Formats: sequence, C-alpha cells, structure tokens
Amino acid sequence: MVFGVSLVVFFVIRLSGDPTYLMLPPNATDEDRVRFARELGLDRPLPVQYGVFIRRAVAGDFGRSLRYNQPALGLVLERLPATLELAAAALVVSLVVAIPAGVVSAVRRNTSVDNLTMLGALFGQSMPVFWLGILLILVFSVRLDLFPTSGRGTFAHLVLPAVTLGLYSTARVTRLVRAGMLEVLGQDYVRTAWAKGLAARVVIYKHALRNTLIPVVTIVGLELGTLLGGAVITETVFAWPGIGRLAVTAIFQRDYPVVQAAVCTTAVVFVLSNLFVDAVYGWLDPRIRITT
Amino acid sequence: MAVQTVAMPVPVARRPRARSLRSLLRNRGALIGMVVLLANVIAAVFATSIAPMDPLDQDIAQRLLPPAWLDGGSTEHLLGTDQLGRDILSRIIHGSRISLLIGFLSVAISLPLGVAIGLVSGYAGGRFDDAMMRLADVQLAFPFILLAITIAGVLGPSPRNVIVILAIGGWVVYARITRGQVLALREKEFIEAARSLGAPHMGIMLRHILPNVLTPVIVVGTFAVAQMILLESSLSFLGLGVQPPTPSWGGMLNDGRGYITLAWWLTTFPGAAIMVTVLGLNFLGDWLRDLLDPRLQNL
Repeated sequence: MVFGVSLVVFFVIRLSGDPTYLMLPPNATDEDRVRFARELGLDRPLPVQYGVFIRRAVAGDFGRSLRYNQPALGLVLERLPATLELAAAALVVSLVVAIPAGVVSAVRRNTSVDNLTMLGALFGQSMPVFWLGILLILVFSVRLDLFPTSGRGTFAHLVLPAVTLGLYSTARVTRLVRAGMLEVLGQDYVRTAWAKGLAARVVIYKHALRNTLIPVVTIVGLELGTLLGGAVITETVFAWPGIGRLAVTAIFQRDYPVVQAAVCTTAVVFVLSNLFVDAVYGWLDPRIRITT
Repeated sequence: MAVQTVAMPVPVARRPRARSLRSLLRNRGALIGMVVLLANVIAAVFATSIAPMDPLDQDIAQRLLPPAWLDGGSTEHLLGTDQLGRDILSRIIHGSRISLLIGFLSVAISLPLGVAIGLVSGYAGGRFDDAMMRLADVQLAFPFILLAITIAGVLGPSPRNVIVILAIGGWVVYARITRGQVLALREKEFIEAARSLGAPHMGIMLRHILPNVLTPVIVVGTFAVAQMILLESSLSFLGLGVQPPTPSWGGMLNDGRGYITLAWWLTTFPGAAIMVTVLGLNFLGDWLRDLLDPRLQNL
C-alpha cells in the first residue's frame, strides 16, 4: 500500500515533464539545468530513478530540502507531533460529541431532538473547514478574545483548531452512530433486555451501544484520513506548525523532496493507524479475536 | 431505575406528530435544495446581467466598505467591498459560475469513468479488475486533498487542472459501487439468459447491467457535486485552485483572511455562499436517496 503511494507520488511529481523547470528559478540557464539534473540523478531513465528513490525512501532518505538544505524527512518528522496532536484532539472532540448525539438521536427517533441533531449534522457536513476556522477566529479570538488566533503551545491554542477540524467528522460519526443504533435497537436481544426490565441506561449503553461501536470504529479508522487531510487546511488557517502546512508551503516553494516526504509520511501514519484500529476490534468484540 | 424504564419506551414507537414534522422537514429540505440550486444556476448563467457591478472593477477610494446596513455602508455595495474596492455581492454571483462549473463537470467526468471501470472490472474480473482495485486502494490510502495539492502544485493552478484533479479523485467511489453491484448481478438468471441467447458482452453490460447499477450511482453523484464544490473551494482557498482575479468563493476567503480583524464581511459572505450551496445539494441528495432507494441509508 505504502509502496503504491510512493509510486503515485513519484510519478505525480514528474507529471509536468522536466522537474528541473519546477525546481529551479525561471531564470536558470540550460547549463544550470543539466548540472542540476545530473546532481539529482534526473538524467537517468525513470525506472532507475524510481529504484533509487525507493531504496533511499525505505532507509528514510527523501533527499534534502531544496529550501532549508536539511534532510526532508527530518523536517517532516519534526512537525509530525504537532499534526498528530491536532488530529487526535479533533478525533476526541468528534467522538465525545458524536456518540452521545447519535445515541440520543436514535433513542428519541423522529422527535424534534432527532430532527435537530440530523439537521445539525447536515450543516456540519456542508460547512467548509476553512470557513468554520475563520468564523471561530472572528468570534472567539477577535471579538471575545478567548483564544489565540494562531500558533501552537498551550491548551488554549489547541481548542479552536481541534473544533474546526473535528466538525466534519462529528457530523459523519453522528449519522453513523444513529443509523447503527437504530439497527441494533430493533434486534431481538435488545427487546429481551427491555423485557427483562433492565434499566434503560444498561440496555442502551451496555447492550446496544457496544454492538454499534464496531462499524463506528471502522469509520474512525477511515476518518483519520479525513482528519489528516483536513489538517492541511486547518493548519493553514491557524498557522499550526504541522505537516500539512509544511506540505503546502513546500508546494509553493517547489521543494519537492519535502512534498514527497510529507505525503509518504502521512500515508504511513494512516496505514499504521488503521492497523491499530484492527487491533481495537478484538477488544470490542472478542469473537473477532477467536476467528483471526 | 424502574421509573426510568417506563419513561423511555421501546424506541421504535413512532409519534404521528413527530413523523409529520419530519416529513415536512424533509420535503422542506428538498424544496430548499431545489431553490438554492436554481438560484445558483440562474446566478451562474446570467451573472453579467444580475450582478450590480463588474466583479473585477477596482475602486481604491471605496475599499473595505461595510455592508449596506452598517454605518458607512452604501446601498451601491449591498454586501460591502473588498480590499481593492470590488463589489462583494457581484463577486459572489460570478463566483457561483466557477463553483457550479467545476462541481458538475468534475462529476460529469469522474462518474462515467468510474462506472465504466466498475462495469468492466466486475464483469470481466481478472487482471484488469485486480489492477483497478489496487489502484483504488492506493488512492484511498492517503488523504485526497494531499494528492490534490501536490498535483495542483505540479500542473499549475487553473480551473481546467482543478477539474482534472477532482475527476481523478472522484472515480473510485463510483467504480467500487458499480463493481459491487455488477458482481451481485452477474450470476442472476436474466443475465445468464441474455448470455445464452448469444448477446454480446458489450450489450449485456450496457443494456442489462448498467440500468440496474445507476440508482446508487446517481445518489452518490449528487452528494459528490457538493463534495467537489467543497474541494474546489478548499484548493482555491489554499491558492492552488482558481487564480485571482477570477472571482471564486474559496479565493475570496483566502483574500479576505488577511483583513479578518478589519472587515469580517470579506470572509463571511463567500463562506456562507459555499455552505448554502453545499447544504442545498446535500438536501437534494438526501431526498433523492430516500426517494430512489431507502436502503442506501448510510451513504
């Protein structure tokens, strides 16, 4: 999978034909170009270049940043904690809001609470991330002066970016939890639980919710991709020093080693987190552990 | 605890009033969606005659004017002016051109592409199927926006490139859905009958299988237009989509970001335009889904 990603990234960068046109300033002479191409091994056939790229990438060498003259991967890894912190905070925000909202919505199906929640979810899915970020800055930083507008450091710095990034996922997970709960609540064992006279809390949270969580966990794994992608925009809005902002700046500076390192690192993080999610299945549903 | 059990009856019981409220809400949603879409189409088609001003007309003397209902605003510029004195309302009206064009065109390219790939993949199987599904997996293995900004950075930003990028990003969903449906249909009796009558593969795919996979694809396609408009505005916001001075909603937000403490209207109105449009399309998608196939609840 990561191998495929590297292939895509490698060839995308070469889509435009001669990468030296992208990497060198427009006033570079042809001589400069040839020398530069030889230095980077760009004069060799593509499959050879790819072979070299892969061999180095596996060893963690994506080349040096053309801008900072430092190893590209180092620059990316330096910013990885910031992005992970942001994504994790956003995930926490979305789960803390979405699971109770989805449960209540399903239990009180077709009431105005449900309708309002679903309407809210639809709004959440329709809101551009960057606009939400800007609005939050307008209201909470500029007007009310509660949170800083940008940067990273204290917990207060984290609040607005996390809410911004988490909103879309919140909306999606809410809909999903609701749909899952509705399905489970209609099943026989839940009816039995009600018939036994168990407390509503026990039926809903212990019997029903636990079985709803399995598809939710799957989506959370995929949601991490959305979060890592959304981080690109959120980081730009809040000047959050993470991988996303690094990648966007690198694109504008034509610093392709950094772009490649950033995209590949994100893909690796995504794949690893999905592995982690698979492990969580076993904990949620012991039956899965037995069969695998 | 016993009291609580009574207070919360088995939740499948429906209250008639709530149900009618819901159906009203749903119909109202579809209605709103329809109105929003129509308004957008009209704005896009007749932009030059509807817009009160030329969206590119700069007037430094009138820069950063607030909306008409605030102190210092003028009725000449209903939603105020931007940092170059351009009329925001006019720019929003013209911006709907870009949004609709890119939203619909990218789906119009990626949907048939995805369906064709899914049809062949599911019907023929084999090496083509393996290759395509592997490609789909790879594409889903990392956030699309990262790929999008990389391609946009390499190809250079332009509306055409944005459409190409979004089309590249969009095909996977349609291909997967179509393939899944085809796999289910392939072994059905009526396909076998067609085959034993000597119908060509092409004919079977187009006449017998395609009509049966279109419903979910159309529903997903409606939501996809909304997604694509969001993605386009994200790219333009990052400066990798539609380039200034062409008015685009995402680009306007990017421009206005630097004036956030001075002039909130630079960012608020274009963002609202994006949200209303996307919301309208999502309403339509919801409605279409319930109408065509209520089983598709989770799409």
